[in-house]
Amino acid sequence: MEIRPILASLSKHRIPTVLIVLEIALTCAVLCNAVFMIGQRVSAIRLPNAIDEHSLSMVGLSGTDEKTAGSDIPRNLAALRGIPGVQAAGAISTLPLSHNNWGWSFGTSPDVSVFDKKTVNFSLFFLGEGADKALGLRLLEGRFFNADDYADSSFGSAPLPETHVTLVTHSIAERMWPGQSALGKTYYTTSHYYTVVGVIADVLRPNIDGPGEAANYYSAFFPMSAEGSKGNLRRYVLSSAPGDRDRVMRAAEQKLDELNPNGVTKSAIYSDMRDQYFADMRSMAWMLVLVCVVMLAVTAFGIVGLTSFWVGQRRQQIGIRRAVGASRSHILQYFQTENFLLSGAGVVLGMSLAYGINLYLMRHYEITRMPWYYLPVSAIALWVLGQLAVLGPALRAANVPPVVATRSA
Amino acid sequence: MFGYYLDLALRSLKRNKVLTVLMVLAIAVGIGASMTTLTVMHILSGDPLPGRSAHLFYAQLNPDIARPHAKEPAYVMDYHSAMDLWGAHRADRQALIVNSAIKVVAPESAVPPLQLDMLSTTTDFFPMFGVPFHYGSGWSADDDAQHARVVVISDDLNNKLFGGANSVGRTLRLGRSDLHIVGVLKPWRPAPLFYEAWGNYTRPQDVMTPLTSGLEINDGHFMQFTCWDMPSTPGHLQNAPCEWVGLWVQLDDAAKVSAYKQFLGDYAAQQKSLGRFTSGVTRLRSLMQWLDYLGVVPDDVRLQNWLAFAFLAICLFNTIGLLLAKFLRRSGEIGVRRALGASRAAIFAQCLVEAGLLGLLGGIGGWLLTMAGLWLVRRQPTDYADLIRLDLPMFLATFAVAIATSVLAGVLPAWRACRVAPALQLKAL
Repeated sequence: MEIRPILASLSKHRIPTVLIVLEIALTCAVLCNAVFMIGQRVSAIRLPNAIDEHSLSMVGLSGTDEKTAGSDIPRNLAALRGIPGVQAAGAISTLPLSHNNWGWSFGTSPDVSVFDKKTVNFSLFFLGEGADKALGLRLLEGRFFNADDYADSSFGSAPLPETHVTLVTHSIAERMWPGQSALGKTYYTTSHYYTVVGVIADVLRPNIDGPGEAANYYSAFFPMSAEGSKGNLRRYVLSSAPGDRDRVMRAAEQKLDELNPNGVTKSAIYSDMRDQYFADMRSMAWMLVLVCVVMLAVTAFGIVGLTSFWVGQRRQQIGIRRAVGASRSHILQYFQTENFLLSGAGVVLGMSLAYGINLYLMRHYEITRMPWYYLPVSAIALWVLGQLAVLGPALRAANVPPVVATRSA
Repeated sequence: MFGYYLDLALRSLKRNKVLTVLMVLAIAVGIGASMTTLTVMHILSGDPLPGRSAHLFYAQLNPDIARPHAKEPAYVMDYHSAMDLWGAHRADRQALIVNSAIKVVAPESAVPPLQLDMLSTTTDFFPMFGVPFHYGSGWSADDDAQHARVVVISDDLNNKLFGGANSVGRTLRLGRSDLHIVGVLKPWRPAPLFYEAWGNYTRPQDVMTPLTSGLEINDGHFMQFTCWDMPSTPGHLQNAPCEWVGLWVQLDDAAKVSAYKQFLGDYAAQQKSLGRFTSGVTRLRSLMQWLDYLGVVPDDVRLQNWLAFAFLAICLFNTIGLLLAKFLRRSGEIGVRRALGASRAAIFAQCLVEAGLLGLLGGIGGWLLTMAGLWLVRRQPTDYADLIRLDLPMFLATFAVAIATSVLAGVLPAWRACRVAPALQLKAL
């Protein structure tokens, strides 16, 4: 296919040519960034979380007297375990993705303070006996807490548990002691230290940052006795078959209401809590999808409209070409090649624009660098779109009969 | 002349219905998307207290001895500094802000106990922020001083517990203490919740108590914003090395503002020389500056706004291209009009009227799409969903933007059209 005549014809229609190239460029740039943002959100929404999310439900209990927690919690748990369908139950301080974060920074040497820059911030989870089973934590190395660990742990006046054992996630182990086994290692903060007795699969923190951050999994677990919990074991977690969750949750809420007339209960199924956490992100992702689809449609219609105009304008030329021997496929190819060139110019411009927009967004928003492959993928998508859009008008052009050449316009 | 152009424009639009519909749709979706996000931005970045906000200031200093070189002071302050500054009464009005969660029961009501956020503040809070009362009023400075067991409740809570009746004088149990209801608010929904340092669009607290009383009845349940050392008694923060108290002041003129700035700076310098602070940095931000500093408009909303305007630009390019095609297709007709004596300006005006008409049609479509878009936003699980609606200025802006956009899009095609050489066109007829 000879492209010189195409270029010659385009240079006669500079303004529409520039417009369509700009439109394709802008579409390409927005598409790259929007698809990238969608991808970011989808991977956040899908972040793995090593607890039994689908069998878990939760009832929060607040407003009860902390002084009677030592007898209240075992009594409440006994009642909850008696509900048909409950496989395990326990009390816990917070849950992954619950927004209820208790953070503290630790280091690997005994002389660190919480303000040291070398320390790493963890989210602390306090487990009552049985909560590890109810959550379905998955042990990778070492052991879970035993009855003595639970009995020996309590809160004193510090906002840290008075115990010396801890479970950490795989991500914490990798961060604190890279390349070594974390078992038996100790981490420190002013006046407190904790020794790792077990490493568990990665559990998300109560609040997370963007996807791909190892820090999302810096969750550390501590045993906590009911009597020493000082009102910090306020969430009861229950595991049951997924089909039973609703019923179990309602029964549990009712039980706790009966047993604690002064308390305030609030229950949820864990998978709903997770959905709730990501609700904003999900709606933003859908909005971006909608914008992309409509934007592509508008661009496609723009191409259809402009090519149709050109076909109409050149009917006579096309007739002449047909009369002097061009086949239908020649005419078809002419418009397809023309569109290929326009899209090509558009996407080249668009890719650099996309990169620029990404740099701008990185500076002003919490957005990471866009991987390079988004650029060629969007370019190909727009090329395909252009070819599809041009097909209709090009076919109409190919159907112009040679006899048109003999008529005046 | 305008009527004639309008008639011509209508005829022209009717001639090629598909193209017309495409153009109107392109304008409508561009306008719909950008006006939806612009309306959300307009509402979220609005002034929560119009008329008052210019006189309201948020005081900040840096009590955190672990951050001596911080460029910005802490979001909230420690109790000691807050009481010093508040007790000096150097501003026209001043209010302290402290938060905690507490159990709330109305002994005479059958409603089960609620776990609610309690705002503990001082008497000036109500007149200073123009808080509207349905029944009763706020408490007095004496109540503050005497740790009075009084409480002001929201309209919402009053409906829930007392069925909307005048509950002033009744008793509300907070934690284990019985408090006297002295005021019931009218529905009050400042957006964002400016007086808190967390910068979001949640509703104001349902129960408000004098700070002195709040600290006693909910002792042990106060959460710090942050601490620079281990608090010795968690939940009881009066002497703790923690930041947890906010201070708002009302300053009625510029002289008072600079005097208060001076006072705040002097206080920090004095505390530094006493060795209690390590940093003398202070800020006195006006309400709107404070919201700006908090970055209260969510990033996603600002991103959507950018996206929507890029989208509008795409629609604009599209419209320019299509209008160009449309006008130049009529070169013959334009040639005849020119030959019969129409000036270039007349052709230009005629083309712009047609573009404007398209804009008006696109604006109607855009308005409908904006309504649909805002309906979608209202259904999102965000704190601000209930605030989102199209007010009159934004309604008018929808049409203004639509017509301006399409006329702008029409300028280049109209200019090309009016430059058509009549002789060449007539020859081709």
